Amino acid sequence: MCRANIVMPVLPQMGFSVLTDSTTQDAARHKGVGASTRRHEDDRYLRGRGRFVGDIRRAGMLDMAFVRSPLAHASIRSITKPDANSLRSVEGVYVAADLTGVTGIVANSALPGFQASVQPILADSKVRHVGEPIVACLAQTRAAAEDLAEAVQVDLDEIAAVVEMTTALDPEMPLLHDHWVQNAFLETRTDINFENAIAGAAAVVKKSYRTARQCMAPIEGRGCVAEWDRHLEQLTIHSATQMPHIVRSGLAECLGLDHAQVRIIAPDVGGGFGYKGILLAEEVCAGFLAMKLDRPIRWLEDRREHLTGGANCREHTYEITGYAAADGEILAVDCDALVDSGAYSSYPFSACLEAAQVTSILPGPYRMRGFRCKATAVATNKPPILPFRGVARTGVCFAMELVMDALAGELGMSPEAIRERNLVPATDMPFTNITNKFFDSGDYPQALSKTVEAIDVAAVRARQKLATGRKRIGLGFAIFCEQGAHGTSVYHGWGIPMVPGFEQATARLTPDGWLEVRVGVHSHGQGLETTLAQIANEELGVDPEKVRVVHGDTAYTPYSTGTWGSRCAVMAGGAVGTASAEVGDRVRAIAAHLLQARAEDIVLADGAAYAGTAKVSLEEVARTWYRQPQLLPASVDPHGLEATVGYRTTPDTGTFSYACHAVVVEVDMDLGQVDLLDYVIVEDAGVMINPMIVDGQVLGGVVQGIGTALFEEMPFDGSGQPLASTLADYHLPVAADIPPIRIIHMETPSPLSRYGQKGIGESGAIGPPAAIANAVNDALRDIGAEVTEVPMTPERVLKVIARAEAKSREAVS
Amino acid sequence: MKPVAFKYDAAVSVSDGCGALRDGANAKLIAGGQSLGPMLNLRLVRPGSLLDVSTLPEIREANETEAGVVIGAAITHAEIEDGAVRDPTGGWLRAAAANIAHRGVRNRGTIGGSLAHADPAADWVIVMTGLGASVTLEGPSGRRDVPMSDFVIGPFETALSPDEILVSVFVPKPAKDTRWGYWKYMRQVGEFAKASATVLINSEAGASRIALGALGQQPIILSSDVAEKVIGERMEVREALHDAFNAAGLPAEPENLALHITAVHRALAIAHADNN
Ligand SMILES: Cc1cc2nc3c(=O)[nH]c(=O)nc-3n(C[C@H](O)[C@H](O)[C@H](O)COP(=O)(O)OP(=O)(O)OC[C@H]3O[C@@H](n4cnc5c(N)ncnc54)[C@H](O)[C@@H]3O)c2cc1C
Repeated sequence: MCRANIVMPVLPQMGFSVLTDSTTQDAARHKGVGASTRRHEDDRYLRGRGRFVGDIRRAGMLDMAFVRSPLAHASIRSITKPDANSLRSVEGVYVAADLTGVTGIVANSALPGFQASVQPILADSKVRHVGEPIVACLAQTRAAAEDLAEAVQVDLDEIAAVVEMTTALDPEMPLLHDHWVQNAFLETRTDINFENAIAGAAAVVKKSYRTARQCMAPIEGRGCVAEWDRHLEQLTIHSATQMPHIVRSGLAECLGLDHAQVRIIAPDVGGGFGYKGILLAEEVCAGFLAMKLDRPIRWLEDRREHLTGGANCREHTYEITGYAAADGEILAVDCDALVDSGAYSSYPFSACLEAAQVTSILPGPYRMRGFRCKATAVATNKPPILPFRGVARTGVCFAMELVMDALAGELGMSPEAIRERNLVPATDMPFTNITNKFFDSGDYPQALSKTVEAIDVAAVRARQKLATGRKRIGLGFAIFCEQGAHGTSVYHGWGIPMVPGFEQATARLTPDGWLEVRVGVHSHGQGLETTLAQIANEELGVDPEKVRVVHGDTAYTPYSTGTWGSRCAVMAGGAVGTASAEVGDRVRAIAAHLLQARAEDIVLADGAAYAGTAKVSLEEVARTWYRQPQLLPASVDPHGLEATVGYRTTPDTGTFSYACHAVVVEVDMDLGQVDLLDYVIVEDAGVMINPMIVDGQVLGGVVQGIGTALFEEMPFDGSGQPLASTLADYHLPVAADIPPIRIIHMETPSPLSRYGQKGIGESGAIGPPAAIANAVNDALRDIGAEVTEVPMTPERVLKVIARAEAKSREAVS
Repeated sequence: MKPVAFKYDAAVSVSDGCGALRDGANAKLIAGGQSLGPMLNLRLVRPGSLLDVSTLPEIREANETEAGVVIGAAITHAEIEDGAVRDPTGGWLRAAAANIAHRGVRNRGTIGGSLAHADPAADWVIVMTGLGASVTLEGPSGRRDVPMSDFVIGPFETALSPDEILVSVFVPKPAKDTRWGYWKYMRQVGEFAKASATVLINSEAGASRIALGALGQQPIILSSDVAEKVIGERMEVREALHDAFNAAGLPAEPENLALHITAVHRALAIAHADNN
């Protein structure tokens, strides 16, 4: 049962020239920027014709399974390989010492004080989290490889595990990495005018908040097929990754190969969300063994490996204090945050990105006078943490937006009023905020007021008054902005293995007038094969049906840091637009010659070049260039109908999309159950290239955010054992949990990007935990109960209710 | 995760199957595979051979008698949901079946597999207990009937001996004017229950019954005396459950009881509203 229901009011395009100026195009046939065309890629996905890593077979291929650590922290005493004669189909058992010349995964940050880790490909002397690979086993089938793994004996000496980030820094705790001084990768601090700002605060609220450790749970796990290509003398790895070029660099470094000897192909990929953004020890191992044995090696992560041994995300704590003046003005925020970064710094984002981000984005969309924040990337005996859709923003928004409601409560203001008081007003845009973030454009207060109107606050308040029994109604808001497509100027400061520069794209007209577009980013659900074709259409008038977007193969595509950071529409979109425009100029020159017109007078539209009413098709232009060059003048541009260009925004500080979420919940006080009754999102993605795809991105993100808010949690026991090993224990949101979601768009063009578009891919996942928690607290305000932790499971909700009820009983007696 | 290697055979008859269970090295029955499948994949069970009873005609039929309906063990949840099998209760079974897991699981999962598996949180375990059903078991030495209250004896534990097959479930026709309420709390659609209760009201005949499930053990059946008092609102649900939990050796602290009390209240409300 799916109750998702999307209402998309048609909003006037806000002064965007491509749409309003296009005189040659019939609006109904418009296929370029702004058209909600169907997604090209869905044809193969929906017919089950996608080709994923798991679909790849090779003659002589071996399956790999791992002996993984059963303990969170231990030294390895010995490993005994099984007697080969005693088992069927044994192809090999490999331990760390067998991986000659292979180095572990290192992802350092240049930030001062960073403590480095080396993540071994196979654990050698020590294991640092449950699920860490120790032994690789190869056999004809995965089942036989698992039989083999069971027969390996690993003798471990258990060390006390560091499980809880709040105590991991205690001096008596064992150190994860011997050369370290404490269990932290990095501590970052910022203090901007804090002490001065808090003078005269009328309201001060001090709160502790926590978000749970999650697994990203893409529908397809990680996986790879590694093979040595004898013809090209290349290690070719089909990998389920969202960053093929980065994986290539990482693999080359770990295996000691030249880049030319490594080719990564990311075929269809079933969701990434960040989980497919890291280099895996398993891939390095597969690559090494494929070369050593000269046989294809396949490893497919199963759900249990993903849940118990794969990298996690999201686990934060906040000790946060908000200071406000009597009129609701936020004077300052003070915060001490911890991020449980797990055992290793993962490649390429490193263990510090998430924590360091907290100190820079906590102020959200608000103005404030002072800000002080310390964030520590704590190391524990758990899998490494990765940036998940929204990265630190989901936790930060949760902490900030709950503090806003708490301050509103102190001051007797409504949640709407305190937000309105503090949002950056449209007249101040562009705006540089307290942590030096450059908000490019937008009208944040308008997003709030539209949300207030759409959720109908007055009606919800009336309904709330009627619900006085054991089922309560609550209303909650969350508003945030999301930096996307930020580049060199932002990233070089982290000093991590990956700093995005110019994004490159190739556009090439083929002899039949089709367009090939090559990009180094990867599309795995975002619909880039469609939106990039729409952009090419915008520049060249080429029918999007005749655009081939080539991605996911390091051999065919220009270098790119890949798909992350809500960057593709802006960066790859900008690059494809620029490359297409460049080809367009060359088409115009040839068409001008063929039509005996001036190049400046040529208009490209509907698959042809027009000079007035005279036209020549793109196919004729291409055919002339490729097959009848004798028809071209001597002065023709020798670069032809193919261009590779680099693109970035100026400045490259990123676009800021923003959104306001409002949710109505019903809390069943006997069950602790939170049901979502209504959900409104007012979202500003700048100019939307394909509004339908933007809606899909927002909806999918919101569902994941609802997962964070209500369901998803990877619990660990005191010895570091993960307690959810199947999807029966790790709860993902399902269709029936999702309320009707109404999305309303604003479209404020970004002054930075080529079409005014902003990064939007992660946005949906940021708001729900904050909005839903604020709604639950609103519902329970009468009885004095307050949630401060996600997911808001029935157990947690019942606990805060029971505590509040006990307190009020005490007060009565 | 992949299972360990095992042999697979389809059973040809119940008696043959009992023989195979007796003689086979570590042989195990499989019906819908909806509980056994995941356990095989996780290598929590490592049978030498699997004997498939899901298509065995003898246990795929349902017969109506004067007193009730005999439902073959290999009848699927979906067949009950769809009304392909006579429902002696006039709809209570169909409604319960429709809320087990999701349709994909119901298409394969069987009533016999569910009872034999005896997950404390399973729907059929509590529903059949609440309805006063009984099961028929067949082994090398013949058949026997066991009331549900004696069949499930612990978490994932039943009165089945290793060489017995669950052949059918007998569901009695409820007396005229009987009311029924079944309620379970699941966090998400398709999940196992965290608390469940059935209420059967037939006070005239003194045959009312209240049963509680999802306790991590076999269901608790309140004594008919207590059940009548609770139904007649002469006893607080809280008090009845407190006593019953104590008697069953379950922790009876308020926080342990809360969800189960709610389950009984909600099942009672459904039963009172039932005008079957
Ligand atoms: C995602 C999911 C959600 C679920 N949710 C629910 C739920 O909400 N409520 C619920 O009640 N159940 C639920 N189930 C379990 C489901 O109902 C199973 O179908 C049922 O528990 C087992 O029936 P089966 O036919 O699949 O048995 P199998 O899995 O084939 O076998 C289970 C056990 O019973 C034994 N067995 C099978 N048939 C016989 C027989 N005739 N005689 C003796 N022993 C036999 C087998 O040897 C095995 O030990 C869920 C299952 C899944 C996968």
